[in-house]
Amino acid sequence: MYKVVTKRFLNDAKTICLFEIEAPYIARHARAGQFVIFRLDEQGERVPVSVAGYDREKGTVTVMVQAAGRTTKMLHTVEQGDYISDIAGPLGKATEMEGLKKVCVVGGGVGCAIAYPIAKEMHERGIEVTFIAGFRSADIVILKDELREVSDKLIICTDDGSYGKKGFTTVFLKQEIESNIIWSRPQFDRVIAIGPDIMMKFLADVTRPYGISTIISLDPIMVDGTGMCGCCRVIVGGETKFACVDGPDFDAHQVDFDSLIKRAAFYKEEQDEAAKHICHMTGGKRNG
Amino acid sequence: MAAEIENLKAMGVKIVNNVIVGKSITIDELFEEGYEAVFIGSGAGLPQFLHIPGENLMGVYSANELLTRTNLMKAYREDYDTPIKKFNKVAVVGAGNVAMDAARVAKRLGASEVHVVYRRGKNEMPARQEEVEHAEAEGIEFNMLNNPCAILGDESGHVIGLQCVRQELGAPDERGRRSPVPVEGSTWTLECDTVIIAIGTSPNPLIRSTTPGLTTTRKGGIDADDMAHTEKVAVFAGGDAVTGSATVIMAMGAGKNAAYWIDEYIRRVNGEPKAEE
Repeated sequence: MYKVVTKRFLNDAKTICLFEIEAPYIARHARAGQFVIFRLDEQGERVPVSVAGYDREKGTVTVMVQAAGRTTKMLHTVEQGDYISDIAGPLGKATEMEGLKKVCVVGGGVGCAIAYPIAKEMHERGIEVTFIAGFRSADIVILKDELREVSDKLIICTDDGSYGKKGFTTVFLKQEIESNIIWSRPQFDRVIAIGPDIMMKFLADVTRPYGISTIISLDPIMVDGTGMCGCCRVIVGGETKFACVDGPDFDAHQVDFDSLIKRAAFYKEEQDEAAKHICHMTGGKRNG
Repeated sequence: MAAEIENLKAMGVKIVNNVIVGKSITIDELFEEGYEAVFIGSGAGLPQFLHIPGENLMGVYSANELLTRTNLMKAYREDYDTPIKKFNKVAVVGAGNVAMDAARVAKRLGASEVHVVYRRGKNEMPARQEEVEHAEAEGIEFNMLNNPCAILGDESGHVIGLQCVRQELGAPDERGRRSPVPVEGSTWTLECDTVIIAIGTSPNPLIRSTTPGLTTTRKGGIDADDMAHTEKVAVFAGGDAVTGSATVIMAMGAGKNAAYWIDEYIRRVNGEPKAEE
């Protein structure tokens, strides 16, 4: 059993919640870009979530989870001091940042929670970070202060203009690339984009003509997350890759987004149905 | 199984869950913690795919995924959260023990028809005879001498069929196994809504990629000698992690063999006499 030592909602709409969980093994090795898999209880599904932070001394790992399906909604009802039955990791490869000098990190919605520790580690290593954080509206904006701390330049935008600048991340990414061209050479040596699949697809289209190396973090449906079941396969450069062991980071210009997006929706019916049946009497907890 | 695990615990074996060796802790760190020997029995790894068009359509599973969802995560039970799609007509590609297992599980999950599709003939099937008989008894159909060449999908990306080319057996190869040869113009489509790929696995990369000193075979299995010892001192290995996919029976034998040699090794290091036979 693993204790939740901190729980805190990150936005007014309470769509995304931070959990700091006691997990010494994970805390010892976790790095930005990796993920963990948790299970609420014996009957629960295994759910992968990105590492949002870690405290090696305290032996804790932090995750930031958006309530989307049944399990994540149930997780949101777990209180500080409660226990979850399993958490394992760190899984996947850490984000590569060796030799980089100037990077543009783009986060969309809860993707900002995954992009944040990457930007933080880059900032600590002396890499110049421009961070573009996009949200649907003001009530779901997360990590304003944290992002400012780790970015040399921060742009927050919302689709409806209710917070920060109005517009999509693609527009601001293009602006940033354009305003950072010297002698017709783009100055960003990498773009890291994390958000909904469709957003990452369009961001990849933005960077492609400039030839800027672009990395995205994928979260296809996973079951075991350790390289056993093959469910999380994605086509990258015409080859079958497994997000859990080969990723989750991949070259955005090589990913086959169409099959990725279709496969992500395979269990949508079941997900929607299951999410409807969370017991409101017990607040979602199975055993009251 | 549960009784055997309880038995181990009673004998003093400590089982630590949620530790992924190679990720949560490395083998070198285990030695730093004071362990004198390590046995790797991490089993089979990444499922192999056919590398034919349509393999990422919705409704294509590796046998590992199907069996993980159902056997480990208990997707067939109402009170468990892991979902599994309902399916009607299922094609299982491959003819080993895992393929037989997957075919029978699919049938029990409610499929009206389950077809095993294999490019060689019945005599060439790698599954144990007993497994094949059990599958037949459960009504599994066998489409031998058919090589899948594409998985077909509808506009929404769901599987609607498995395209196959009929084969005939040619001359025996150097190992005496008769190789399949495609029959020209014999392409046909087996209608189905689900395709399960059961053509074997390749060893999991997590341990070998994080353990300096461990060597692997060309296929990625961990090198271990007859005494289960790997190239790394005090590290032993056995089962599918070494041999690639084999049977549980063989893996149990490997475990027993390794236990004997680990005992020998620790006695030798500590200057104790050999165990009595």
